Amino acid sequence: MSQARGQTMGRGTRKFPRSMAQLITALLSLCPAIASADWALNMRPGVTPNSQGIYHLHMIVLWICVVIGVLVFGVMFYSILHFRKSRGARAAHFHENTTVEIVWTLIPFVILVCVAVPATRTLIAMESTGNADMTIKATGYQWRWHYDYLDQGVSFFSVLAEKSNEARQPRSGIDPHTVENYLLDVDQPLVVPVGKKVRLLTTANDVIHAWWVPELGVKRDAIPGFINESWFKVETPGTYRGQCAELCGKDHGFMPIVVVAKEEGEFNKWVEDKKAAALAEAAANDPNREWKKEELMAKGAEVYTKNCAVCHQADGKGVPGNFPALAGSEIANGNVDDHIDRVLFGKNQMPAWKETLSPVEIAAVITYERNSFGNTAGDVVQPKKVAEY
Amino acid sequence: MAHAAHHDDHAHHPTGVMRWITTTNNKDIGTLYLSFALLMFFIGGSMAMIIRAELFKPGLQFVDPQFFNSMTTLHALVMIFGAVMPAFVGLANWMIPMMIGAPDMALPRLNNWSFWLLPFAFTLLLSTLFMPGGAPAGGWTMYAPLVLQTGEAFPFLIFAVHIMGISSIMGAINIIATVFNMRAPGMTFMKLPLFVWTWIITAFLLIAAMPVLAGAVTMLLTDKFFGTSFFSAAGGGDPVMFQHIFWFFGHPEVYIMILPAFGIVSAIVPTFARKPLFGYASMVYATASIAFLSFIVWAHHMFTVGMPLAGELFFMYTTVLIAVPTGVKIFNWLATMWRGSMTFETPMLFALGFIVMFTIGGFSGLMLGVTPADFQYQDTYFVVAHFHYVLVTGAVFAIMGATYFWLPKWTGHMYDETLGKWHFWLSTIFVNVLFFPQHFLGLAGMPRRIPDYAVQFADWNMVSSIGGFCFGATQLLFLYVIVKCVRGGAKASDRVWEGAEGLEWILPSPPPYHSFVNPPLVK
Ligand SMILES: [Cu+2]
Repeated sequence: MSQARGQTMGRGTRKFPRSMAQLITALLSLCPAIASADWALNMRPGVTPNSQGIYHLHMIVLWICVVIGVLVFGVMFYSILHFRKSRGARAAHFHENTTVEIVWTLIPFVILVCVAVPATRTLIAMESTGNADMTIKATGYQWRWHYDYLDQGVSFFSVLAEKSNEARQPRSGIDPHTVENYLLDVDQPLVVPVGKKVRLLTTANDVIHAWWVPELGVKRDAIPGFINESWFKVETPGTYRGQCAELCGKDHGFMPIVVVAKEEGEFNKWVEDKKAAALAEAAANDPNREWKKEELMAKGAEVYTKNCAVCHQADGKGVPGNFPALAGSEIANGNVDDHIDRVLFGKNQMPAWKETLSPVEIAAVITYERNSFGNTAGDVVQPKKVAEY
Repeated sequence: MAHAAHHDDHAHHPTGVMRWITTTNNKDIGTLYLSFALLMFFIGGSMAMIIRAELFKPGLQFVDPQFFNSMTTLHALVMIFGAVMPAFVGLANWMIPMMIGAPDMALPRLNNWSFWLLPFAFTLLLSTLFMPGGAPAGGWTMYAPLVLQTGEAFPFLIFAVHIMGISSIMGAINIIATVFNMRAPGMTFMKLPLFVWTWIITAFLLIAAMPVLAGAVTMLLTDKFFGTSFFSAAGGGDPVMFQHIFWFFGHPEVYIMILPAFGIVSAIVPTFARKPLFGYASMVYATASIAFLSFIVWAHHMFTVGMPLAGELFFMYTTVLIAVPTGVKIFNWLATMWRGSMTFETPMLFALGFIVMFTIGGFSGLMLGVTPADFQYQDTYFVVAHFHYVLVTGAVFAIMGATYFWLPKWTGHMYDETLGKWHFWLSTIFVNVLFFPQHFLGLAGMPRRIPDYAVQFADWNMVSSIGGFCFGATQLLFLYVIVKCVRGGAKASDRVWEGAEGLEWILPSPPPYHSFVNPPLVK
């Protein structure tokens, strides 16, 4: 019901803005540099009923503003040209007219009512999250997203793609133009089926983030301790990119969102593949077996680079004043229980990793930290110990 | 009586730097406020230059992301609390006693204190740049829980905000006390110049809003250091509550920064159109309506936090409603120009620039008020473009116009008109090169507060940065014109401008130390 409304609204208002938009496009195409995509001027209509509803609303209000602007500035420039002293204009003395005041109070009011009606309709459609075909929970972390397919039982983290991450390091020397989808690419995208109503739950683990994909018409804050609801239904298969939209600290600009919409069959296959991969992963990472030091060190280096180096730095020296060094630190060289405690439960800015990393990953990274950066604690932490901690 | 005042001026007042530290004179304090605002304008502007330099090209060339966030945070705090607000208080100090026919402000010692708190507040705030862990980087909005991750700078941020708030509240009390008690005989409320009217309403907004901010930041302080959990869900609190409280202050704050600008434009336009202000009474009512509405629209800053539908609808309707009284103001200015006899000295150019570009900011404001569309605009460069149009080409242009308008009165010298016009035209061109493309960036999907961006945003960012550098450089011209005018220039007449009306123009230029020792009679 609500979707149908959204679509009707779209059709009803499309005519006027579209013809104007075509006119603008035609004018712009006279100037090839400006017509290219990089000099984008306007919002894109997107690929969901909601994003298209928003787009049409945007165009209505934009054109109302343009028309009012032309009238108001027209009157103003007419006055500036005609009523200037240098042309011999003599000042009149009128300074009040109640009728005029009432007219120019009422006309804007009526225009606003005309805007409010379609806006209310679109808003009601956007907030109708019922009757969803599936539910996905997106959790914001500093600085990556975690996705939980509540119906399919698939879950994973999605972080900035390796290539972008290398190029975005300060003074990396890598030209961003050479990186495909620079800053808008992730290691594992969110995959959804087309034509299905997806209910999106957003929440966060540390600070407030916001999940935004412009072409889906969804921007919703992810707030620690609260769960927000929104929905989208992608009509066309494709890849849609967005970013975190709420300032969430140092790497706020580096936690993109990529949504891949697939036909239902392909989506189901993707789910099966994901599940199989998760099983294989779990088998390989049995926390109950005895792990060799080399295994833990290799895995630990991987976990460290992905999760810890962002603050403590690749060389373990940290950032003085902001992020403590691990090289030579009391925790990494002292009692191993304190070290496990800190990684599991965090302190101040240090996040609690208990829910995010598996016991194997935590054991591996602790082992790695105690035997790298010049640290010589020498001990090996077994996953079993972490699991039982 | 006049002799006593003269005696008072020179016999007991210290000279040199002690004159400025101990002064209780409204004009001295006005000068202090305005000079402080100018200094902060350049400090905050330098931060903007760092931001635009980093955003000139994609990739991180100059600063690391944490420092970038500190720059956006401090730029906002410095410009809002250090430049725009003190500039308006400085103008109020200089002009309100003269406009209402009073000798000075009602509470001169309070006046001294409210100014001298500011250097301490900003020393606290800017000292955080040199602290381990760096300056606050959680945005000027200080959203919990992010701001609680601030390092050693955190208590400095909170106390700086407290002191700025105390200073503003004291300034507001003084303005209300002055206008209510010290008007010349016959100066009824409905004869007050619009600048005085807009300032009284602003003062009430300040008294209502600043304590709310003080409360919000105090709760942050106790959450950080004393184990409370006002804004932590884990302890039974609510991070969104911070945003509600903050914007309950924050939206009136927006009007605190624009209502006095309306007053300035309402003084300049009639002077240079040589015609009385059209619709004086409706201007007063429109200002009061805007002030009232400012308290019931706050949540439009946070449409994406996930409010109930009814809440979203309520805040959408009240927000777009603000367009009505704002439109009335613009129409009244147009009607004032209509069939006038206009000349275009620098103050008038800035006032006209204000009307056009503030209206553009108003249009984007209307668009942002439409909730579903706001879901796309929220936290993008579209918002950045919007509030810079209302604050830079709005508030700051009005302050610049006011400076040119009243500088001859303050100093007794005319400023250099040619350079003033150059300043206006260069500023106007470059400010649009700077901010207009940011609309496009926002609509194309670039979030705000990011130090680096995807390559499809590169073109307009480069244009915007070029505009920014040129706009910044142009302001050195403003400084030069002011210094030149203070040091000398053609003698200004008492009336200064042919079409000037009002009590301040019957005083000599520069006016005596105590404006009206014998109150004028207003008919
Ligand atoms: Cu984020």
